[in-house]
Amino acid sequence: MPVKTEAVGKRYPPVTYEVGREKIREYANAIGATHPVHHDREAALAAGYRDVVAPPMFCVVYSAAAVGPAVLDPEVGINFATMVHGGQEFVWGEPVCSGDEITTTTTVVDIHERNGMGFYAFESVSGNQDGAQVVRGTWSNIVRGV
Amino acid sequence: MAPVPEPGTAIEELKVTPDKYLPHRYAGASGDFNPIHIDPEFAKAVGLPGNILHGLYSMALVARGCAALADGDPRALRRLSVQFRGMGVPEQEITVSGTVREVDDNRVTVDVVAEQAGNRIIRNAEAELEL
Repeated sequence: MPVKTEAVGKRYPPVTYEVGREKIREYANAIGATHPVHHDREAALAAGYRDVVAPPMFCVVYSAAAVGPAVLDPEVGINFATMVHGGQEFVWGEPVCSGDEITTTTTVVDIHERNGMGFYAFESVSGNQDGAQVVRGTWSNIVRGV
Repeated sequence: MAPVPEPGTAIEELKVTPDKYLPHRYAGASGDFNPIHIDPEFAKAVGLPGNILHGLYSMALVARGCAALADGDPRALRRLSVQFRGMGVPEQEITVSGTVREVDDNRVTVDVVAEQAGNRIIRNAEAELEL
């Protein structure tokens, strides 16, 4: 059965996430990021940040609610039983600190089929309250046996 | 500022052994509660050896390994691209290693891999840092 490609180019409504100090600490603890700038406000200020700063991969926390609906969209039509997260890329811009409001918009950028597998790629673009881009993510999923 | 390394320089290896409950803490921190990561019975029922690590957790370890080149400064990492292959599991040591491939002024490109029990759980990872 060929993959449906009608959803390529589809864009989803932006989702805003409010970044909190304790959430940054919780995430930093989970991944073992011990640098004081992720935990201690004074250390973060001394290093030139506005507040406690998120580790780069914290982008998955504020992007999740924006990317989820695209991956789950029936129009995209992913079969979750045989889906794997094949690859991931992030390109970072401005750092993200506690108190920031991050708005993320997701677009379906590619759907194609090769060797009986479906390849689905989504792009998320996240910006802060000042309009500066903080990260661009490319999320690649592979579905076996399409 | 951290010194800019020469091409061919190995990054300091990062070794981490995620404990049994790490996937639960990562689920809470990230918001990803997919049961394949936190429920061993569910994971076995869908053909996995047990609950497996979140791929994006392993990617975060790769990001940490790269940040060591900049003494952990979170501003240094500009881009990270990875492919997820194989499955990471709790309670086994993960080693993140890498080599500087290219240096252009203060911009450094690093090839990185994360390996666990001889299995490359993240491969073809490429990081760009500004030092």
